[in-house]
Amino acid sequence: MRFAWLTACAVLIFGVLPPAAAERAAPASDPLGSPRWGDMQREFFRDARVVFDDRVKVSAPVTAEDALNVPVAVDATALSGVEEVLVFADFNPIVKALSFVPGRARASLGFRLKLQQSTPVRAAARTADGLWHVGGTWVNTTGGGCTLPSTGASSPEWDLRLNEVTARRWPRVDGGTRLRLQVTHPMDTGLAAGIPVFHIDELRITADDGSMLMTIHPAEPVAENPLFTIDIPPGVIGEAALKVAGRDNNGNPIRAEVAP
Amino acid sequence: MNPPSLCPIGVGWPARALLALLISLLSIPFSPAASAAEFDYRLAPRRIADGVYVLIGRTEDFSLANGGNIVNTGFVVGTQGVVAIDTGSSRRYGEQMRAAIARITPLPVVLVINTHHHPDHFLGNQAFAADTLAALPETIRAIEAEGPGFLDNMYRLNGDWMRATEVVVPRRALAAGRINAGGRELELIALGGHTVADLVVLDHASGTLFTADLVFNGRAPTTPHADITQWLQALDRLEQISFRQLVPGHGEVAADTAPIADTRRYLRWLAQTIRDGAEQGLDMTEMLALPVPATHAELAEVASEYRRSITHLYPAAERAALGVPR
Ligand SMILES: [Zn+2]
Repeated sequence: MRFAWLTACAVLIFGVLPPAAAERAAPASDPLGSPRWGDMQREFFRDARVVFDDRVKVSAPVTAEDALNVPVAVDATALSGVEEVLVFADFNPIVKALSFVPGRARASLGFRLKLQQSTPVRAAARTADGLWHVGGTWVNTTGGGCTLPSTGASSPEWDLRLNEVTARRWPRVDGGTRLRLQVTHPMDTGLAAGIPVFHIDELRITADDGSMLMTIHPAEPVAENPLFTIDIPPGVIGEAALKVAGRDNNGNPIRAEVAP
Repeated sequence: MNPPSLCPIGVGWPARALLALLISLLSIPFSPAASAAEFDYRLAPRRIADGVYVLIGRTEDFSLANGGNIVNTGFVVGTQGVVAIDTGSSRRYGEQMRAAIARITPLPVVLVINTHHHPDHFLGNQAFAADTLAALPETIRAIEAEGPGFLDNMYRLNGDWMRATEVVVPRRALAAGRINAGGRELELIALGGHTVADLVVLDHASGTLFTADLVFNGRAPTTPHADITQWLQALDRLEQISFRQLVPGHGEVAADTAPIADTRRYLRWLAQTIRDGAEQGLDMTEMLALPVPATHAELAEVASEYRRSITHLYPAAERAALGVPR
């Protein structure tokens, strides 16, 4: 994993203008002033309508201490009728980080990303009218140093515990439920020679009655052993177990139940 | 202290080569201004007891301005030789420390102790004779394993202050107990918790206790390799030792146990906050947004160290709260 991102580093450093150097290229409308916004728009939205919207909040540290585990929380709950949320980072070697369909859960999600350098991290929420609402924040990954994660040390357990789910539910003060769940998975980016891409493709969380609470499609930049924070409004689920199902890109299944 | 360490960019020599290339490219327009004279840490040994000197660093984070001089080092002068305690953040620091020692005594440096494996404590090793460099065995192994990663990041944080700095792994393994070095009676106390191994040095003649980074004074403790439970136990041990003055790893020299108590108070609060947050199911971004209470506000760098500590320590607390088998 580290080496994957090392390769990515080189590509980035030499292949892309540093953000500060090329601000002139940014369309005035991008509140984050990223020279890559035009590319992002072409890549993800093509002919769709896009607006920058403060109601889509992205929380992340201004400076990432550990570039392999940058905590990000997306909150689009101020919008109604969110059908899909897309998360991407303009300057990451793999730009798309994940997408999710909120279903009956709230249109918010916490997770961790691998980021290679300072970059906007953005969330785009599509409402029923087809309009994409984009919010985001800059994350600096070069100023504060990164910590030493025990990435390599845990590799033996990937074989033994691959796709194992550990999860817990918490009652919230509003009567809703918080679900946090972690899946054991290396989330290899495929950018390093000899290490093929290997990541979770899909994660579906359903209620006892089969109704969809949230479907998450993590992409390569999601940190290893992904941990998600999901909020479910009051009255949506009862005391029955939730179901988690999914698979990685090699077809290995993910299956678990989360009791209250 | 803050072992900046391993960004993905900071892996092994290819990354360093890349970084060096990048730095040299970036520095072309500036290089005429950067004369060697500017890279002077102005190390001024302060005599705190008979034959005991300290070099007190700034209570800041690594920067291009301070060149990594954010650490305390020290040395004790015996009848036959000098014992140095830590060597600072760079080759330049080590060389300037050595020169500072030579201004005070003509005696040779016979023992150089690296108290733990954080880069600001051993990257000056190059300036000292290889056979004088010593540390606890776990520290030696940790410098071997993590030193190159630290070095890359130190270049990034401290810039040209780091020029020509390389990792020199100490080869003399120390053990806890009383030693005589240079004609000075020293008690080596092997503890841990700030890192895998933290060596405390007590100079019997003067009653000076060099606590390494187990104690921070007026500056928020750093936790990238911390085991807080073990660290708190180490602080209990330190409090039992009678000393006349305490030299913390970072911050001012003290004459009492107050910095031990302060370090403990902060670490207890940090551990409790992390445990509570994980047990309440808080997301890491929610933890990062919590304010540091006013009771710790006087500690330098506390807001940024708190957030770093969340990054270091919260994942394990989350796993525990989720019931992930270890
Ligand atoms: Zn330290």
